[in-house]
Amino acid sequence: MLKRLSLAALLSVGMATMTFAQEPRYGGTFNFTAPYGSAFATLDTQASPSIQEQFLAFAIHRSLYSWDSHANTPVLELADSVDTSDDGTTYTYHLKKNAVFHNGTPLTADDFIFSFERLATAANALSGASYINIIKGVPEFGSGAATEIEGLKKIDDHTLEITLTTAGNPGFNLMEPTTAIYPADVPLEQQAINPVGLGAFVFKEHIPGSQIVVERFDDYYEEGRPYLDRVNIIVMSEGSARDVAFRNQEVDVSILGPVQYSAYQADPALKDNLLEVAETFTRNIGFSQTQVEAFKDKRVRQAINYAINTDLIIERLVKGKAVRAVSWLPVGLPAFDADAEPYPYDPEKAKELLKEAGYEDGFEFEVTATPNESWGVPIVEAILPMLAQVGITVRPRPVESAALASTVSADNFQAYIWSNLTGPDPLTVMRCFWSQTPQSACNYTAYSNPEYDKIYEAARAERDPAKQLELLKQANNFIQEEAPVWFFNYNKAVMAYQPWVHGLVPNATELALQPYDDIWIDDTAPANRK
Amino acid sequence: MLRFALRRILQIIPTVIVVALLIFVIFSVVPGSFAASLFSDGRTSADPQLIARLTAEFGLDKPLHERFFTYLWDLARFDLGTSFRTRLPVIQMINERIWASLELAAAAMVFAIAIGVPLGFMAALRPGSILDTVTMIGAVSGLSLPQFWLGLLMMLLFALHLNWLPSFGYGGGSFRNLILPAVTLGVTPLALLARTTRAGVLDVMNSDFIRTAHSKGMSEGAVVRRHVARNALVLIVTTVGLQFGSLIGQAVVIEKLFAWPGIGSLLVDSVAIRDIPVVQGTILVIVLWFLVINTVVDLLYAAIDPRIKQE
Repeated sequence: MLKRLSLAALLSVGMATMTFAQEPRYGGTFNFTAPYGSAFATLDTQASPSIQEQFLAFAIHRSLYSWDSHANTPVLELADSVDTSDDGTTYTYHLKKNAVFHNGTPLTADDFIFSFERLATAANALSGASYINIIKGVPEFGSGAATEIEGLKKIDDHTLEITLTTAGNPGFNLMEPTTAIYPADVPLEQQAINPVGLGAFVFKEHIPGSQIVVERFDDYYEEGRPYLDRVNIIVMSEGSARDVAFRNQEVDVSILGPVQYSAYQADPALKDNLLEVAETFTRNIGFSQTQVEAFKDKRVRQAINYAINTDLIIERLVKGKAVRAVSWLPVGLPAFDADAEPYPYDPEKAKELLKEAGYEDGFEFEVTATPNESWGVPIVEAILPMLAQVGITVRPRPVESAALASTVSADNFQAYIWSNLTGPDPLTVMRCFWSQTPQSACNYTAYSNPEYDKIYEAARAERDPAKQLELLKQANNFIQEEAPVWFFNYNKAVMAYQPWVHGLVPNATELALQPYDDIWIDDTAPANRK
Repeated sequence: MLRFALRRILQIIPTVIVVALLIFVIFSVVPGSFAASLFSDGRTSADPQLIARLTAEFGLDKPLHERFFTYLWDLARFDLGTSFRTRLPVIQMINERIWASLELAAAAMVFAIAIGVPLGFMAALRPGSILDTVTMIGAVSGLSLPQFWLGLLMMLLFALHLNWLPSFGYGGGSFRNLILPAVTLGVTPLALLARTTRAGVLDVMNSDFIRTAHSKGMSEGAVVRRHVARNALVLIVTTVGLQFGSLIGQAVVIEKLFAWPGIGSLLVDSVAIRDIPVVQGTILVIVLWFLVINTVVDLLYAAIDPRIKQE
């Protein structure tokens, strides 16, 4: 898994060159931190859309595809090769013959059918269903109208044919941990208590609210992996507590917040072991085109982008722990236009645009915001005086984190500030501005423009990957020009790691998700970990 | 005594019903639902069909009063419901966590009693002495320190600088892991106990019957043992009881800070994702715990001082 190394990618994130100089060492315990909650909600990976459970999934389970963090693309995981039909809709997978589940049962095409049928069954209400919807016949099977999924065919034990509804790369969807392949011979309720998968590590113990322990799986299909004997996935949602534990060398990695980022950068003992990546999340303020008349005018939306000194906010408030957003798609994605420039800070231009649009005397709007320090009320408070300068009055409307999604998808806002997933599949991401996408799905600003629809629909229909990419780039640039949102920043995720840790990767989809089977620790690790 | 005990125990039932109703109303008024909160991290766009399905599956589309009566009916049968998130029985989830919380609360209380009561006693026996002044200044400080901050200080000192103790985690039930969170949690009751013990002892010492005992020629030691200690005990038992009762609630912050796997951290998580059955179950257990301890204290109180049950 994830073995392709791109030197450029490694250099760009400042990884220790020791990775190459030393031979990987076998054995040892890796104390990993799970920073996104006080507990694992469930051990049933397919049942959880939340990132916290994916830490466990990465150790125990495997999906048909996985994410190559160096090449920034999905790669085959459970199959050695795939044949694609000319029309780009039928994929024939030659499954790995040496892949074995932790209970000793070899992986076969039946396990895929078993897993996908569970996901597709509407009554199960599993969020992974939305990922496998690309397979032909999933809705019919889900509703009970069909007894099997039409687009899923077992050719033999090790050959699986998947037919998609439309052409496209199924890797983006079928690499998700919610589409992990479960063994058909293990009762499903078992997966929530004592999960059995195909991954490099076997489930050992779960202390709810404290940690999950996994141990090396000797029959893992990847020869020579994993290096580690044991991984403790420790629940640590409190940043300050994680900081103490990391400095005390009790944990091997720690995800940093903006304040810690500044402190670690300033500390000579810590600054060399920071792994940074611009993640596929775009922080933005979305402007409701149904609730605020002024937002229907492109010039007003552009004016806001000109009026805010975004770089200053990133530098002072986010402490440099963000990458300035240019457009909707994040930097690093192939459909991102490397030549595109972000909106410059130009209040005069903003005033001009507002005048042209007939809002010379300004207008008012409120921004629904959570308390999040990097994309919540504090940011709204910072833009307040900047927009006041051009005559726009802004009021923050605080909501609790759990209420943001429902408030926004119910169109109960004038503007919102949020951090939205904008990768890795550009086709999926750009769909959020297509007028046919409901507001409750992801077209939160209710954006609708026939010109954009044309570009998007052309991209969707395009069979040639290079041409499709070009169209998606065009779509992204179009959205930048249209400015349905204030493009704030792409999250720069930062992970501090101990000097004895090797094999971490710059995973742009979520830095905290690391391939445990590639990680190893050297002789300088504390005695209790070696 | 039996009637008194029965009356106190029966009083628990309406309290529980009121608390259950309050939680219900609060969670139906605040914005955000479980189904929508699944998508609040912006990672996945909310699938309206999935939200509708989950809402129906958990009966969240039914009117509030209907859901409340179903909940009460289940409660009467000792069924706390099923978690939206894990789809496991709430009782099972609480059972997995409650013991760690009790362990933490008990250890904190033992620490508070072992240090707070003797300190309060010594301070009262020598009012105005240096020990008294230091103890009372310490007690006021202990009461005013935010627990979260104190916990961080403890971590910095004992884990990072001195490297004596682990800074977080359950450590498979290791005593070393228990020390820091228990001491942090125990500081407030310790301070309170020191103060109330001092006040209680001083109060008794100034009463007429102590003067009588002294005038009868009883030794200082005997007066303290036979009269002061016994009479001050009423106040100490009450304070211990009340503090022990509220410790589980207070442990929420400490458990989160020290990654302690108790029901406090379960509650925080469940509130964040609007897993209402678990929130209800956990709060109910915390409230029940408080009520039971209070009842026990009242009964003990009555046993120590028989005048009380007459009132």
